[in-house]
Amino acid sequence: MRVLMFGWEFPPHISGGLGTACYGMTQALAKKGAQIIFVLPRAGEGGQNDFLRLESASGTPISEDAAERMVRVGQDIWQENIRFLSVASPLTPYLTPQDYAASLRSLQRTPDSAETRSRPGAPFTFRLQGGYGPDLMSEVRRFSRLASAIAMRENFDVIHVHDWMTYPAGMLARALTGKPLVAHIHATEYDRSGENINTQVADIERAGLLAADLVVAVSRLTRQTVIERYGVRPEKVVVVYNAVARHEVERRYEIPPRIRHEKRVLFLGRVTFQKGPEYFMEAARLVLQKIPNARFFMAGSGDMLPQLIRRAGQLRIGRRFHFAGFLRGEQVDRMFALSDLYVMPSVSEPFGITPLEAMLYDVPVLLSRQSGVSEVLEHALKADFWDTRDMADKICAVLRYPCLAAELVKNCREEMKSIRWENAADQLMTVYHNVSGGN
Amino acid sequence: MPALCLCYEVHEPYRLRRYTVFDMGQNSVYEDDDRNCDTLLFTARVCYLRMNDLLLKLIRRYGKDFKVAFSISGTALDQFEQYAPEVVDSFRALADTGCVEFVAETGPHSLAFLYSRDEFDLQVREHCARIRRLFGQKPVTFRNTEFVYNNDLAVALEKLGFKAVLAEGADHVLGWRSPNYLYRPISTPRLGLLLRNVPLSSDIGLRFSDRGWNQWPLTAEKYAAWCHSVADSAEVINIFNDYHCFGLRHSGETGIFDFMEALPAALLARKDFRFTTPAEAVKKLKPVGEIDVPEFMSWDDEGRDLTAWLGNDMQKDAVHALYALTPRVRKVNAPELTHDFERLQTSDHFRYISTKWFADFVSDRPNPFNSPYDAYITYMNVLADFEMRLTAAEETRAASAAATKQRPRAKAGAGRQRSAPSAKAGV
Repeated sequence: MRVLMFGWEFPPHISGGLGTACYGMTQALAKKGAQIIFVLPRAGEGGQNDFLRLESASGTPISEDAAERMVRVGQDIWQENIRFLSVASPLTPYLTPQDYAASLRSLQRTPDSAETRSRPGAPFTFRLQGGYGPDLMSEVRRFSRLASAIAMRENFDVIHVHDWMTYPAGMLARALTGKPLVAHIHATEYDRSGENINTQVADIERAGLLAADLVVAVSRLTRQTVIERYGVRPEKVVVVYNAVARHEVERRYEIPPRIRHEKRVLFLGRVTFQKGPEYFMEAARLVLQKIPNARFFMAGSGDMLPQLIRRAGQLRIGRRFHFAGFLRGEQVDRMFALSDLYVMPSVSEPFGITPLEAMLYDVPVLLSRQSGVSEVLEHALKADFWDTRDMADKICAVLRYPCLAAELVKNCREEMKSIRWENAADQLMTVYHNVSGGN
Repeated sequence: MPALCLCYEVHEPYRLRRYTVFDMGQNSVYEDDDRNCDTLLFTARVCYLRMNDLLLKLIRRYGKDFKVAFSISGTALDQFEQYAPEVVDSFRALADTGCVEFVAETGPHSLAFLYSRDEFDLQVREHCARIRRLFGQKPVTFRNTEFVYNNDLAVALEKLGFKAVLAEGADHVLGWRSPNYLYRPISTPRLGLLLRNVPLSSDIGLRFSDRGWNQWPLTAEKYAAWCHSVADSAEVINIFNDYHCFGLRHSGETGIFDFMEALPAALLARKDFRFTTPAEAVKKLKPVGEIDVPEFMSWDDEGRDLTAWLGNDMQKDAVHALYALTPRVRKVNAPELTHDFERLQTSDHFRYISTKWFADFVSDRPNPFNSPYDAYITYMNVLADFEMRLTAAEETRAASAAATKQRPRAKAGAGRQRSAPSAKAGV
């Protein structure tokens, strides 16, 4: 099975859970015998793997003939399905303030990042930035052309695209090559933005999902969203749960003696509306009334961070509530290892891999019921994100009753054995076979 | 002359409400009154009142030929009295026929025997007295919570004056032997041991409404034929079930009531067959052998062991924390603390913390909590509040004891007065 995958993130070109998921998934698929070409907007150094071919869309030459064909089939994709407005709108689905500043700087450095064409009639190309810049929409549009150019020169059986940024590319490539399109949905615009959605993004999402031969949702929750919000036929949407890749060597971290008598509760994720950080803080306030020496860590950055720091001061819990900022690599591992409980109070979480990562470190987890991962984890504490009292009660219970944490961890370890990317890969292989007519 | 011995467990637990850490020390309302009341009213309507009526009808129809026994828990009686007194009346009407035996158990449907022999004796004595008050019978037969049984229990029961005990006819205990005879416990020869016939009990209790069962639908004639077929090698066939199987586990539409109505006629069609109560069986029959049960067994689950209540560390933690308070509660001897302490012993609380099957509870006894973890959190919170109250009661008691002791002495008071100014001086 030869698979052409379009994605926006792939380690080390990563910003969030999407890249992590793509990595685990492709690695397992490769083991099942899939040959994967993974097309990223821009693949820099150090991203080469032995299990797949990583292609950079940026700079791919597009011949005159190909461009003409793209215009022909591309017209209706862009103009009938998507109201494309070339307004510099703040399109920042996974953007942190630092990233925003960085991308703004790079945008200012290369103001003319559009077409690079040496002479008329010759193949031309675009340069892409990758990531999530303020001109994300034009990047998405250019990516669709470049990725399709790759599609036209490669041999493959199935096109598999991840999230809306790559849907236009998937649609174009499908129209040009006639190969079946599998649209993987990791998060919908409704998850990211609640009711105040970006209609452009939602339109692209809808068009991609409707055009796809099969839609893969990461949870029943997401499947439901896709069916209800976008009117995708239910029989076209299958659920394939994410998993977590096990680290080869897990370093053990010692808890420093001076903080051994305290209990630490962790929030790790983007500090944005979708992740519900304010509910975590409210629960922390309630817990501190009962357990004054508990500590709370909020790791991550996001648009709500300044507001939450102010709130912590206002509540006078700053000495017990700490902001760890955006953590990378080893820092994340260390943070997990130090924690007595991981809390994911997401308002809307299509799947949510981080609880699984926490479980790798034998950290018990408290999940919002509004998350996809709670569908697969029986042995986790669960609460509705708005019910901060219930959340606080459960946090207190984990900190107070050691038996509870021990039992959760023991049963989770057992449960984790069945949450593997290999299982997801098996399901995806079936999906590929079904859409490509079993070849 | 083979006999059929019917005995039904009648038990209703008091479910706890979602008691959080924020309730601790603030209020001590532990039970979910609305839920308990609604559940009981529903159960009374579809099960208790309807089935009691039917049994009364059968007793009137067959006279002394039809007999039945009940093992009613104290919490069930509490709920009847509290929410549906007509259920007590209907049991009383059955008691008045003289064809119904009331079997004793621990009032709170507890596992006290495993952790506190004093507590167990107390609970059994109190419950016996209550049955005598309500139904005018002194129980001579005992059935422990969920048929938990071992050799030691038999000894304890003999000391309490019982003549018979009911237990599970577990394969690992019986071996090649049949449950359809009277046995005696190896630990005490003076007690009769009646063992549950598991397949014949489960046919009615579990499988009756199962359309996937190859014997479905079960008719009274078919069932009677099965009983008759073992008549040559049986003296007493013990059919022990949860009373919930009438109307609740198997709804009225499944024909369970019609089945029971037709059963006596079908069974008594063979002239040598009759119905018996446990007490009567023990009086009339001679034990055919000894049964040795060194380990605890119960009627629950595949393993017939205690793992439904004590299978994981959370359950053990909860049960140990509870019984560690026993001497303190009995010493303080405050009625409302004793009452709550007994309620907290109901075995169902521990079953809700089981992680064995997770969502796999029988339909008529569902887990009121979403998960065993929630059940454990709630239970431990309640227990923590209870302990706070207990400590407060102990302090009050100690203070009043000290006050009565110190009142005649003037010196103690003078000492306190002296220390007060010095403390002020320190500031």
